[in-house]
Amino acid sequence: MNQPNSQPHLGEVSGVRPALRDRHSLNTPHGTVLTLEDINVSFDGFKALNALTLYIGVGELRCIIGPNGAGKTTLMDVITGKTRPDSGTAFFGETLDLTQMNEVAIAKAGIGRKFQKPTVFEALSVFDNLELALKTDKSVWASLRSRLTGEQRSRIEEVLTTIKLENQRQRPAGLLSHGQKQFLEIGMLLVQEPQLLLLDEPVAGMTDAETEFTAELFKSLAGKHSLMVVEHDMSFVGAIADHVTVLHQGSVLAEGSLDEVQANDRVIEVYLGR
Amino acid sequence: MSAHQAISLRVAQTLGQRRLLGIGAVLVTIFLALPLLHLLPAEHSLHISAYTLTLVGKILCYAMVALALDLVWGYAGLLSLGHGLFFALGGYAMGMYLMREAAGDGLPAFMHFLAWEELPWYWTGTEHFLWAMALVLLAPGLLALVFGYFAFRSRIKGVYFSIMTQALTFAGMLLFFRNETGFGGNNGFTDFKTLLGFSISAPGTRATLFTLTVLALLGCLYLSWRLTRSKYGRILTAVRDAESRVMFCGYDPQRFKLFIWVVSALICGVAGALYVPQVGIINPSEMSPTNSIEAAVWVALGGRGSLIGPLLGAGLVNGAKSWFTVAFPDYWLFFLGLLFIVVTLFLPRGIFGLLRKERS
Ligand SMILES: Nc1ncnc2c1ncn2[C@@H]1O[C@H](COP(=O)(O)OP(=O)(O)OP(=O)(O)O)[C@@H](O)[C@H]1O
Ligand SMILES: [Mg+2]
Repeated sequence: MNQPNSQPHLGEVSGVRPALRDRHSLNTPHGTVLTLEDINVSFDGFKALNALTLYIGVGELRCIIGPNGAGKTTLMDVITGKTRPDSGTAFFGETLDLTQMNEVAIAKAGIGRKFQKPTVFEALSVFDNLELALKTDKSVWASLRSRLTGEQRSRIEEVLTTIKLENQRQRPAGLLSHGQKQFLEIGMLLVQEPQLLLLDEPVAGMTDAETEFTAELFKSLAGKHSLMVVEHDMSFVGAIADHVTVLHQGSVLAEGSLDEVQANDRVIEVYLGR
Repeated sequence: MSAHQAISLRVAQTLGQRRLLGIGAVLVTIFLALPLLHLLPAEHSLHISAYTLTLVGKILCYAMVALALDLVWGYAGLLSLGHGLFFALGGYAMGMYLMREAAGDGLPAFMHFLAWEELPWYWTGTEHFLWAMALVLLAPGLLALVFGYFAFRSRIKGVYFSIMTQALTFAGMLLFFRNETGFGGNNGFTDFKTLLGFSISAPGTRATLFTLTVLALLGCLYLSWRLTRSKYGRILTAVRDAESRVMFCGYDPQRFKLFIWVVSALICGVAGALYVPQVGIINPSEMSPTNSIEAAVWVALGGRGSLIGPLLGAGLVNGAKSWFTVAFPDYWLFFLGLLFIVVTLFLPRGIFGLLRKERS
């Protein structure tokens, strides 16, 4: 197996224009990359998120666990601008008010997202998927004139190797297996180089070896990037997270190390049912 | 579905690009030769009549509309049922110039009938060919820009988008039907005399217009080919298939859709402007909802998302139509409906997709 010590160095792609680099230099004097306070979201009276408060530190790798319907995906929807909260504050860094920004602005500000159901551009080749995700000028005009530089090309090749799809580069992404699509979507996040990565059930449908590899990959990303990972696979969570948040009925039920939360009576009650 | 789309993207390659280019070169040569044959004396055995030349020229203009519709429908997933409006606007802009030429220093004939004393303000400058040509682009382009801006900003998609475009062309038709609108009402514009001083019915003028149409079609085809094979084209396909994923990559889908939408409208405007002097008439029926639906049939039949397919579709359907309307005038619409059903059920990727399958 190709060992993950070919560390994907995300932040450091040369040839990125200074303007872009600046936009990504987030204002985080207090070491908090994401601040969510008292967030409420309801769908037709049903409270999907209920006075949720959550902080994620710079460089942290946070796992979010919780039973089905706990509101984990909704939480990501709020952060990425897909769902507007009814009330509450959401800040990216100190200054960016996420509740006032749309999806595109949030993505440009440096939040990347992997969906629960792997979502890749199925009609396009694996290579083209990565090309589209690549961190670069994303205006219409730029895309009309765009040609990959040698550096960008080798960056894509590098990620192709990391996600082990180097032999599939010309294949339409729609023909990949479920696990390969998961990796492709992760690869798209890698080339996008966001500061905060939101990953919704990234190892669903992966083999044990793939899961193990993904765990190593995420650990290598933490530090330079902040990660928020939603997972049901507890051994995976145990392998990567030093800090775990348990969500239940739209609120934080417990927070701490995996051992701590697993020993928490309320968590046991929720997971084992009553 | 998605795997099919992936495959259809590769249709051009599989069909053999060289063979395709070969067929294309032969067709272009024929189309460029037709106007020369029209210039031959009428007794000559190879002479092509004005009727035939006009018919083929008209179909080439429709092919441009099919290409324009394929750009938005096949590549961006925006099924427009109102492209006839952009075509008609281009046509009317050209028609204004032709009416002014025919009227000399006076008012266009239909304004006399209405007892108008002076030209409405929007006719200002239309006696100048260049301004009229600017209008050919400005009228459909600006309308598409404004409509597209609001539609895409409100995230109107799918069937709702199609219905709105259909409503738009219908509204346009009703507006142009009114005499007070100042575009000749019901009858539209006809009885053109000259174009830049050349008699509109002279063989030389016809041959030139036809040649220009062929060149314009080739130019639009090349432009579309470049667009769809650029990174922009790939993003467009991505917007079609997974719009929210595109947003989370940092692209603004509204802008990407708006751009192709306006380009598509501009192509239609040019097609309309070439159509009117060849056919010799433009009236509000060009904006009728069925015209725009027919354009969608051309594209579906030919094979959307392939650029070449829709040209084929426009040629075949219009060829069949001109035969039908002579042989069985009452049955054309039934045939068209049947064709649409057959294509939808059995040829989801159109004739072009079928050709590809035959070969593989
Ligand atoms: N758009 C919506 N309209 C109505 N209800 C919704 C909507 N989105 C989510 N919900 C509801 O909100 C609750 C939380 O959903 P969410 O998808 O966030 O859960 P989750 O924690 O991600 O669950 P899972 O582990 O199954 O992915 C669920 O009960 C869901 O049915
Ligand atoms: Mg979920």
